[in-house]
Amino acid sequence: MSESDPNPMDIDYVSNLARIELTKEEREKFQHQLGDVLQYFEKLKEVDVDGVEPTAHAFPRFNVWDEDQAKEPFSVKQAIQNAPQSRNSQIVVPKVVED
Amino acid sequence: MSNATIISKTAVELSHSLSEKELSSQEVAQAYLEQIDRVDPQVHAFLHRDDDDFLAQANASDKRRAEGNTLGPLDGIPVAIKDVISVQGQPLTAASKILENYISPYDATVIRKLKDAGAVIGGRLNLDEFAMGSSTENSAYGPTRNPWDFNRVPGGSSGGSSAAVAAREAPLTLGSDTGGSIRQPASLCGVVGVKPTYGMVSRYGLAAFASSLDQIGPFSQTVEDAALLLETISGHDPLDSTSFPTEVPQYSAALRDPLTPCTLGLPKEFFGEGIDDEVRKAIDQTIEFYRSLGHKIVEISLPTTDLAVPVYYVIATAEASSNLARYDGIRYTSRSEQSENAINVYAKSRGEGFGEEVKRRCILGAYGLSSGYYDAYYLKAQKTRTLIREDFSRVFKEVDVILTPTAPTPAFKFGEKSNDPISMYLSDIFTISTNLAGLPALSVPCGFTNSGLPIGMQLIGQAFEESSLLSIAHAYDREHRFGCQSPNI
Amino acid sequence: MKFEAVIGLEVHVQLDTKSKMFTRVPCGFGKPPNSLTDAVVLGLPGALPVMNREAIDKSIKVGLLLGCKIAPVCKWDRKNYFYPDMPKNYQITQFDQPICEGGEVEIELPGDSPAVMGEHRMVKLTRIHLEEDVGKLTHYENDSLVDYNRAGSPLLEIVSEPDMYSPEETFSFLTSLRNSLIYAGISSCDMEKGQLRCDANISVRPVGTKTLGTKVELKNLNTISGVKNGVEYEIKRQIKAIEEKEEIVQETRRWNPDQRYTTPMRSKEMAHDYRYFPDPDLMPVKIDQAWIDGIAKQVPEKPFDKQRRYMSELNLPYSITSALCPDFSLCQYFELVASLTKDPKKVGNWVVNDLLRELSNANSETNPIPVEESPVTPQHLAELVDLIDQGVISNNVAKELFPEMFSSGKSASELVQEKGLEVKSDQGEIESICARAIENDPDAAQKFRDGKEGAINALKGFVMKETRGQANPKVVDTMLRNLLSN
Ligand SMILES: [Mg+2]
Ligand SMILES: [Zn+2]
Repeated sequence: MSESDPNPMDIDYVSNLARIELTKEEREKFQHQLGDVLQYFEKLKEVDVDGVEPTAHAFPRFNVWDEDQAKEPFSVKQAIQNAPQSRNSQIVVPKVVED
Repeated sequence: MSNATIISKTAVELSHSLSEKELSSQEVAQAYLEQIDRVDPQVHAFLHRDDDDFLAQANASDKRRAEGNTLGPLDGIPVAIKDVISVQGQPLTAASKILENYISPYDATVIRKLKDAGAVIGGRLNLDEFAMGSSTENSAYGPTRNPWDFNRVPGGSSGGSSAAVAAREAPLTLGSDTGGSIRQPASLCGVVGVKPTYGMVSRYGLAAFASSLDQIGPFSQTVEDAALLLETISGHDPLDSTSFPTEVPQYSAALRDPLTPCTLGLPKEFFGEGIDDEVRKAIDQTIEFYRSLGHKIVEISLPTTDLAVPVYYVIATAEASSNLARYDGIRYTSRSEQSENAINVYAKSRGEGFGEEVKRRCILGAYGLSSGYYDAYYLKAQKTRTLIREDFSRVFKEVDVILTPTAPTPAFKFGEKSNDPISMYLSDIFTISTNLAGLPALSVPCGFTNSGLPIGMQLIGQAFEESSLLSIAHAYDREHRFGCQSPNI
Repeated sequence: MKFEAVIGLEVHVQLDTKSKMFTRVPCGFGKPPNSLTDAVVLGLPGALPVMNREAIDKSIKVGLLLGCKIAPVCKWDRKNYFYPDMPKNYQITQFDQPICEGGEVEIELPGDSPAVMGEHRMVKLTRIHLEEDVGKLTHYENDSLVDYNRAGSPLLEIVSEPDMYSPEETFSFLTSLRNSLIYAGISSCDMEKGQLRCDANISVRPVGTKTLGTKVELKNLNTISGVKNGVEYEIKRQIKAIEEKEEIVQETRRWNPDQRYTTPMRSKEMAHDYRYFPDPDLMPVKIDQAWIDGIAKQVPEKPFDKQRRYMSELNLPYSITSALCPDFSLCQYFELVASLTKDPKKVGNWVVNDLLRELSNANSETNPIPVEESPVTPQHLAELVDLIDQGVISNNVAKELFPEMFSSGKSASELVQEKGLEVKSDQGEIESICARAIENDPDAAQKFRDGKEGAINALKGFVMKETRGQANPKVVDTMLRNLLSN
């Protein structure tokens, strides 16, 4: 990204939103690279999409559901088998800062 | 039968040998394990193997056969799996450090279907981390090499899947394609790769990159093999709400029907600058071949072509930023030792656990959805995606399939594009728009450069018309069988 | 200056379904930790959501019950934020196309006394949407534990307009809403089990002004009285702040029910940029008129409508209806007994006074036992009322009998027979006791003869006492008057 870019990405804000801690080097590199990518995305601005419906699904359908019938769940062992840390059949997380 | 003979066979040939009792599945499995032992230290297609399990499955297949209970043509045939598809009891790393210790507690639907068909599920294949990349350089566990030239990339993101077939480490593999991740590596490794219509193959059990674009598909030496594997894994799945409720035609049987003359479209936007001369020449020869078979060749226009890459990167990264939020160091992913509280356990685990490209895309995707930018990026891209779909719908009123090069160049060298995201993104320029439109497409090997690098052509079909797409591809492939040529390794 | 509060509520209600919102793992409360999960609940790589039709049916039912506009098409969005109780770090919810819009909840404000009906008013709703619940965190000194049993359960978010003006109104709103939801079989709304949870948006403004003040979001209102107390505290806090010229900050505060005050929470940690976008894994829902019509047939009479009907058609007094109507099961019980007998008012009295008393006395641990499990069945109560009517037993005997019926589970006729409690109408025996009564209390007899009508009661009391209440009161009355007129 060049210094003159009027609308640079606030990389600290966005990396915090994405919960990704960046090293100083990554931060600088990304700032530059993503600036270029956004520049490249400028093409989109010129497209006239007046009255065009957005595509969320390539082949949209409606009402894709199941009936309410309970099936066998995972065993507790299966549920926590990959946990980095567990206790009393629960997953341990560092203290949640509540307030 | 020698191991060299066994591994040179296509899946259809192996299947024939098994049913004629010329071979046992055990012998087939052994032959592949030996080939993997021999070549994989250099190719590095595999991230994980479970040889005992592999041989046990082969044994079980032989037992079924002896008892007359063979499950179908794939019974006893090895299929290796991109390390992004869940197999119960096996690791799934997505080539990421963050999933280093994860063992999947369940089977993907495609795996269940393969097991039901008696296939012998092989090891875990390398990829660009979370399928983000076009070179397999973005693997936390080291790159895969192109079997045709170890200094070059196999393409990506399913580089392990394409290289494994090219290096005869497996007759069949599964990959996933979000913007070309099956077709581009198939092209660069000289094998067949198919991206089905969105919704034809269940995504249940595929670690999502971009949910509205991802599809699982087969790699093989021939179109015939791909048809066999595709018909086995296709079909409606109630566990995937985007799976389409439609009958799966017997593709491999349909290949035997005579091909009626059809119309092939050449989009002029795909044949502009930037295409390597040798690629161009090879494609011209395929066009001549089809003409010689009596098919009609017409020029068409897809005016939205140059919008596909930006639209794709806005949508794919946005979806990815959300899909990859679950890899957070809490339930099953590696947790940073540096974290002291629930807030920085995320940022630190993800900062340490993700590679550069994944971080870059998650940040870009979060940006495109963030407050104040949603309309300009995500919503705009979704609307432009509609225009791209409409382009294809219009063109398909005139033609049966679209023919293009799969990639603008043959396999490139390691490091050539890895520091320039945009040039890497542009290597998918011919494949991306099909994912945006949800259409089926495949890459068929169509020759080699003078230096011996494979070249692939892409055929794009109409939605849910895999049958005719495969038939048209087969018409070329059965005469040329470039995918059956092996690299000298 | 006088201030008024303006309050809006966001109520989360867990739907009663067998399986979760987006996977068919069972829903449940009080199960061993992490025993109600699967790949979808845990957000494992490759897991995909499939919606639960029953949850949509139930949401439409709530919409019809509350007079909402049912969306012809609604869709699913992802709300992205990181929190350990949320497995995927996004919540599947409905952002800009909720399943229901508008609607209202009828509330009743407290009357002048419990026997007097209070004022009724409609509180407007903004919207109702469907989403998935999160898991449960338990905090310890050095860390927290996560149980995902609740994660993914279907959750309805009911959002009111800022259309309530006092803690009493919020209390009435929640009570009324809860009653309606239980009526319709949507949810058990057990706040102790977290099946109904409430956040409040509160602001204050000088009386007479129209613009809204700065609003504060109040969380952790986990009991109905907690809502009232929390809202009350927060209103006072805001008024005091304004009077002391402090600025009200737009923030989220937590109600601490034990210490009874509110404190600001997670201001910086929670970025409120949720990056909503349509969930690509789920298809939208299209709701046509036929579907709505089918569900409309299952929508029950609303509690206040029932109450008005009981008062006008059955002639029940307000005090009885106000005890019956909030409780759907009690009303069902009442209606069954009433249909088997002649006098609904008497039945109402029995249900509201005697049955409710026994139910709450017979509490298991802390909760009254549910009326469905009452040992006195509707048939038993109907028989008891009939026995009084036919003069087989007196009202007094019946009153004494009821607790025994409740504790033994026996019918009134069984007990009457066992104990020989039939009313005595034997003329000879009653006549001699009446005569003794007059002998025993000549004063009372004289007063009656002198025209003091009430004096006969003392004589009747003597007779009833002597017969242990088993004399037929009508016979006693006639007999005494006969004897006294001689
Ligand atoms: Mg809310
Ligand atoms: Zn909510």
